[in-house]
Amino acid sequence: MIRRALLLCAAFLFWATGGAALASAQTLRIGLAEDPDALDPTMSRTFVGRIVFASLCDKLIDISPKLDFVPQLATAWEWTDNNLGLVLKLRPGVKFQDGEPFDAAAVKFNIERHLTLPGSNRKAEISAVKDVQVIDNHTVKLVLSAPFAPLLAQLSDRAGMMVSPKAAQSGGEFSVHPVCAGPYKFVERVAQDRIVLERFGDYWNKEAVHFDRIVFLPIPDSTVRLANLQSGGLDMAERIAATDMDTARQDGRLKTAEITGLGYDAIGINTNNGTRAKTPLGQDPRVREALDLSIDRVALNQVVFNGVFQAGNQWVPPDNPYYDKALPLPARDVAKARHLLQAAGAPNPSFTLMVPTDPEVQRAAQVIQAMAGEAGFTVSIQSVEFAAALQTASAGDYQAFLNGWSGRTDPDGNIYNFVSCKAPAALNSGHYCNQDVDRELDAARTAQTQAERSAHYANVASRTLQERPLIYLWHLKWLYAFNRKLTGFTPYPDGLIRPQGMNLQ
Amino acid sequence: MTAFLLRRIALIVPTLFFVSLLIFGLQQLLPGDPALALAGEERDPSVIAFLREKYHLDQPLPVRYALWLKGVAHGDLGESIRIKRPVSELIAEKLPVTGELAAFAIVIALSIGVPAGIVAAVKNNTPVDYGATIAALWGLSIPNFWLGILLILLFSVRLGWFPASGFVSPAESLRQNLMTLIMPAFVLGNAIAAVMMRHTRSAMLQVLDADYIRTARAKGLPQWRVVLKHALRNALVPVVTLGALEFGALLSGAVLTEQVFTIPGFGKLIVDAVFNRDYAVVQGVVLCTALAYIVLNLLADIAYVAINPRLRA
Amino acid sequence: MTADIAPLLVAAAPERENGERPWQLALHRLWRRKAAVVGFSVVVFFIALAALAPLVSPYDPVATNFLLVRKPPSLLHWFGTDEIGRDVLARMIWGTRASLLAGLVSVSLAMMTGVPLGLVSGYVGSLLDAVVMRLIDAMLAIPFLILAIALAAFLGPSLTNAMIAIGVSQMPIFVRLTRAQVLSVKQEDYVEAARAVGNPHYRILLRHILPNIVPPLLVQATLASAAAIIAEASLSFLGLGQQPPDPSWGSMLNTAKNFLSQAPWMAIWPGLAIFALVLSLNLFGDGLRDALDPRRS
Repeated sequence: MIRRALLLCAAFLFWATGGAALASAQTLRIGLAEDPDALDPTMSRTFVGRIVFASLCDKLIDISPKLDFVPQLATAWEWTDNNLGLVLKLRPGVKFQDGEPFDAAAVKFNIERHLTLPGSNRKAEISAVKDVQVIDNHTVKLVLSAPFAPLLAQLSDRAGMMVSPKAAQSGGEFSVHPVCAGPYKFVERVAQDRIVLERFGDYWNKEAVHFDRIVFLPIPDSTVRLANLQSGGLDMAERIAATDMDTARQDGRLKTAEITGLGYDAIGINTNNGTRAKTPLGQDPRVREALDLSIDRVALNQVVFNGVFQAGNQWVPPDNPYYDKALPLPARDVAKARHLLQAAGAPNPSFTLMVPTDPEVQRAAQVIQAMAGEAGFTVSIQSVEFAAALQTASAGDYQAFLNGWSGRTDPDGNIYNFVSCKAPAALNSGHYCNQDVDRELDAARTAQTQAERSAHYANVASRTLQERPLIYLWHLKWLYAFNRKLTGFTPYPDGLIRPQGMNLQ
Repeated sequence: MTAFLLRRIALIVPTLFFVSLLIFGLQQLLPGDPALALAGEERDPSVIAFLREKYHLDQPLPVRYALWLKGVAHGDLGESIRIKRPVSELIAEKLPVTGELAAFAIVIALSIGVPAGIVAAVKNNTPVDYGATIAALWGLSIPNFWLGILLILLFSVRLGWFPASGFVSPAESLRQNLMTLIMPAFVLGNAIAAVMMRHTRSAMLQVLDADYIRTARAKGLPQWRVVLKHALRNALVPVVTLGALEFGALLSGAVLTEQVFTIPGFGKLIVDAVFNRDYAVVQGVVLCTALAYIVLNLLADIAYVAINPRLRA
Repeated sequence: MTADIAPLLVAAAPERENGERPWQLALHRLWRRKAAVVGFSVVVFFIALAALAPLVSPYDPVATNFLLVRKPPSLLHWFGTDEIGRDVLARMIWGTRASLLAGLVSVSLAMMTGVPLGLVSGYVGSLLDAVVMRLIDAMLAIPFLILAIALAAFLGPSLTNAMIAIGVSQMPIFVRLTRAQVLSVKQEDYVEAARAVGNPHYRILLRHILPNIVPPLLVQATLASAAAIIAEASLSFLGLGQQPPDPSWGSMLNTAKNFLSQAPWMAIWPGLAIFALVLSLNLFGDGLRDALDPRRS
């Protein structure tokens, strides 16, 4: 009798704990649009890599959905020495995923790694930092060579990600087994198949994370990605195709979420790089204005993206605090466009529009071709594979290039390298150069308040929107679809998926 | 026979040499600077310079080829610029995947193609012949990616029978492994089924006409026995050798199917590498698949010649 | 892409049966295989469609109409409209040209380079033959689609370059096939006789050898053009085939596959057309092979 009872108790306990264990053995499967590159914050260069980092590697500063800076590994910060120094107070009690402590020495190691590792893609982002001083175990000071307002934004991205110094120095390729301080630690990666992360038990914010495992599955074709989600093979998918959003919204098994991104898509015109700039389009701003006026951005958005994206005419979206409200979206005006072309002495200009082989961008190019055609332009579309396009653009072997920029938290990241005289040739491929604009851009970098910077950027806008080295067309929205049992997901303008707060019922 | 064998084996080396030259030359001709393509969005000039130096992208072509050849001689196929892993590791990881997919596809091809060929041969020039022909040929008449997407929408989204894409290794779960491979294997096998059918039908028709078959029939043996025991046995030889050849072509031709179904095999590896200008990966993978193809060809030829000595001359 | 490599042994100098000339006999046999006849008629139909496109097409294939995006089939647009408002039927009709060209041009290129090479290599033999065959083996060992992708990427995305790429990738098979035929025919009595009489080599090749190996080449050409049409669609999937806004069935299918739930008519028609044309070419090719093989009655 007693044995029976004991057995029953044991069975009940076994079931209860087993049940509890089962209930919390949760895996979140996320479908990515591309396979990430090497998982090393210093070297990484892809957007999807950052999605993985959002779960794997915490950073000094994070952003809120409204683009305010919030603490993550750093709890407070302040500018000193006339904005030539940034003092960061670090969160105590934080451990790396290999058990090593996170402290000021680790921050110093990481910043220096970003600056000095050969091939580092972060060096250009924080080149203003010339020294890192350890004040005490949890305080660190970054010494700048010149004031640099975008620094906080850089520290809220990969340049602020902290890796374990012990792991980074242990020899061998770090990206093969990355060790950071984020909520999930690296388990395994099968190239082009999956990346598996597992809950890090000593995470400083462990109450906020609810999954035991996160698996990232790169599925490049958007139709197949959505199909996986609909058939239950995924719990969440990023970058749903704009034209698939209706399908996703109407599917009872799914919920959707969207938010305007930080980037833009634009036609970049070769105004000053080599012989192919010597066209009416490249030389005469009136012709460029005519092109601008012949495009109906709202209709473009409607036809190509089902109205899902956001039409735009500046390098930041209309709801961004740095958008110049004095220069709103222009309405289409074919008559005026024709006038301008007559005045410029080129009533029927023709040019080649270089377009990468992305299906959505190709659709947009065809719509632009049709719209501009009504104003008298003859546009020929030249598809170029992305890798070839970069070099072609760099070399100036193009007349117009329809391309996008993924966007940065700080507006400087969206404009400086594209119109500055000092920008790398590979980014300002049209070699646009205007000294007044450069002065305003540099001033915006050193100014510290939003009001001051806005004023400078307004000056940049009035100039560049007049001369049009770039004709901005739309801002993509990050489009997500996920299993309706997933709760707590908040979309961010940087497009990253943050696991804190998310839960699967 | 041994002389023949030795001669063929000796010929592998110059062929592989030509393969490596061909694919090396072709890749380098691809427009676009890989250092630029792999440097990162900011296109930092120092990163570009670093990449150029590390991967010898600034050296003249013959020097790069010699460096690569030297590496191969030491078993070092280079490294993927994109994900920083040795090419040999990537190959060891992906080869079993594509191999399994190819094997599965051949099984499907044989199970559709051979019966269809037999039926078409036995019922030659009747509606059954045409029916079987079309049933086998339709696989050749549909683009792979299109059939793949249709199957995904029907069997994954609508019916929920199979996972839409992805791959689970047999070590993890045999059942899941088969579920992830069945649709892509069908898409691949379908096309090969047509070739199998053609050859089975051809060979069967030849054999069915032969004297000894007529003799067997005249002796009063039942039709099916004649067909299965005598005709099929002889007809199967060219089909089997063809199967070996197709396996080699499959090993690398699964490019599109792996893209659609996101199978992490050779095909996907190499397409992504071409578009990313990840030179070492392309060269290493092509070299391996070429070797596999050549070896399988050799085995097929041996089998063919061993059975038919007349072709040795 | 797979293509038949096993050589077909051709008989000696063609015989006459019932007083008929050999090609008449072949034609007769071809006519009896109904599948081949159907296949041939379908191919002819598409050729006619392509030739008469400007007369038959209801609309301009690149004319857009932003108010009629992705509309289902209606009286105005029999096959519906596509993702930027163009008439699908018009694009189908004009797209026939691109698809047929893909088949025709690639195979012609493959034959014009492959057959002479195979002839010379097989006839001359020795070192030339050995080198050429190693080169051809090397080309065959590289996956066909990879070769085509690399070539198309190198030349730049366009329909013409895709056709060149496909043609170059198909060339090795024609070389092999031609060479195999030359090797088997070279030993025949009538060739020996022609040589004994003192005919120059080129005449032997052109007047005695070539005509006798045409049948399997013809069969291969038909089957290869079917494969080429599929290959053009495959290259479109990777962004390398026909470029916008010009239509081809392959690129239409590639665009349409992402709209299957919203606008299935965009995919059905090009899919069916490719299927019909390629199947017909395959059936016709098979029928041709049966008809030209003198061992079968």
